[in-house]
Amino acid sequence: MKRVYLDYAATTPLDKRVLEAMLPYFSQKFGNPSSIHLWGQEAKKAVEEAREKVAQILNCLPEEIYFTGTTTTSDNLAIQGVMRALKNQGKNHLITSAVEHHAVLDTCKALEKEGFTLTILPVDKYGMVNPADLEKAITPQTGLVTIMYANNEVGTVEPIEEMAKKVPSSKFQVQSLFFHTDAAAVAEYLSLDVKKLGVDLLSLGAHKFHGPKGVGILYVRKGTPIFPLTFGGHHESGLWPGTEAVPLIVGAAKALEIAQKERRKASEKISKLCGKLIEGILNRIPGNQLTGHPQNRLPDIASFVFEGVEGEAILLALSDKGIAASSGSACTSGILEPSHVLTAMGIPSELSHGSIRFSLGKETTEKDVGYVLEVLPEIINRLRKMAPKL
Amino acid sequence: MGFQGFYSKKVLDHIRRPRNMGEIKNPDGVATVGNSVCGDIMRLYIKVKKKKARPPAGGEKGKGVEYIDDIKFQTLGCGAAIATSSMITTMVKGKPLVEAEKISEQAIAETLGGLPPVKFHCSVLAAEALKKAIENYRKKKVK
Repeated sequence: MKRVYLDYAATTPLDKRVLEAMLPYFSQKFGNPSSIHLWGQEAKKAVEEAREKVAQILNCLPEEIYFTGTTTTSDNLAIQGVMRALKNQGKNHLITSAVEHHAVLDTCKALEKEGFTLTILPVDKYGMVNPADLEKAITPQTGLVTIMYANNEVGTVEPIEEMAKKVPSSKFQVQSLFFHTDAAAVAEYLSLDVKKLGVDLLSLGAHKFHGPKGVGILYVRKGTPIFPLTFGGHHESGLWPGTEAVPLIVGAAKALEIAQKERRKASEKISKLCGKLIEGILNRIPGNQLTGHPQNRLPDIASFVFEGVEGEAILLALSDKGIAASSGSACTSGILEPSHVLTAMGIPSELSHGSIRFSLGKETTEKDVGYVLEVLPEIINRLRKMAPKL
Repeated sequence: MGFQGFYSKKVLDHIRRPRNMGEIKNPDGVATVGNSVCGDIMRLYIKVKKKKARPPAGGEKGKGVEYIDDIKFQTLGCGAAIATSSMITTMVKGKPLVEAEKISEQAIAETLGGLPPVKFHCSVLAAEALKKAIENYRKKKVK
């Protein structure tokens, strides 16, 4: 059977060049970077070179780069770490948006339960945060703003640069107010220059850009107060202690290097294919709409809501045809609630139950897109026929 | 491919080849359960006939036994919602009403080879739809 993977926003395959770079560090150069002997120093060198590579791409200092476990770890470290460090300074307020990944949203809510004050900014129908809303929400007690670079479900790119600039120039002229962004969805398509973005902290996870699973990256601008969440050693300057995952770190740096080098080429190719998919679905299937911003969106995300069909049933039928996609429907969430992103965008639950996200990657071909356009109308039509008329 | 770990073979079979799907024109009983906010909507249609007291249980001599002559479903919902509604139709077609209405959500789930815990409510919905369709038939009869 034909197999078409269109769930690259969930995870990507490891790039062969990345695998090659990683291989020596499993059994040949296996040393512990903390050891001072030859074996250790060889591993240490690999980790530090990886850090330099990442720093170069992010336009920051190597000591501002921390390797962690996953994007979720990076988000937790950034949000909890900064808020706990600022607590002594009387800062107990943080701001986020309603469309964040659970790694951010749940972390913020956990802090709220502990006694911190949380403001969740609304979004417009495209999932976009209004920078003016952020400005209004900032108080003298605000310590951290955390807003995603781009949304993983609907692809909307948030005005990070504009918002990050508002933080230091806000009406309170607040010192010690920091801006974090979860950039998990963007590494293969957008600039990660932290100076240009104006952010103080930025999270990444390697498996979203053809790197290995199990390694995250956190940028923390020098001078940002941050506490560790776990303890046990000097690794990663004590912020994320534990023996470094050398092969994964090497892989993460290599993958980021490739992703950023090939970013323009990939964006161009993928946005063309994605455009075709979006146009094809909108034209060939009645009763559906594109979710997310029509222009300011990631080039790889084609997300829709279909009237009168349920997302999991679509996924099952697609899977039977060899196609992988994902859905924000309640039935696929495990908690029987529709996607918080679609809800925040004002999409009624009847519609968000029928949400489908296709996410493309650099391996996607014109044939893949053609195949989806060939089978999807039939699937939607069949499922709609199965439904009772209301 | 896919979903094997999540759904049993039987569930997947009913999703792929739903039995008794569609509408019955002029049904003797009909019921719609669930709502579009929660995501799943099921509708069951039944045709009821009377038989001489031949069926195994419940029939008193000479009185005739009401049984489900035909049943069809329409469902808007996830895989489990489709499978449970399809399964219940095969479980009760040809059965006396008094037996059919006793079918429990556990029985539906078991006959399907089990359901993931998060999907168990779909079998509740299917059992409820049948009970309400029978109720609807009885109410109509009284009128």
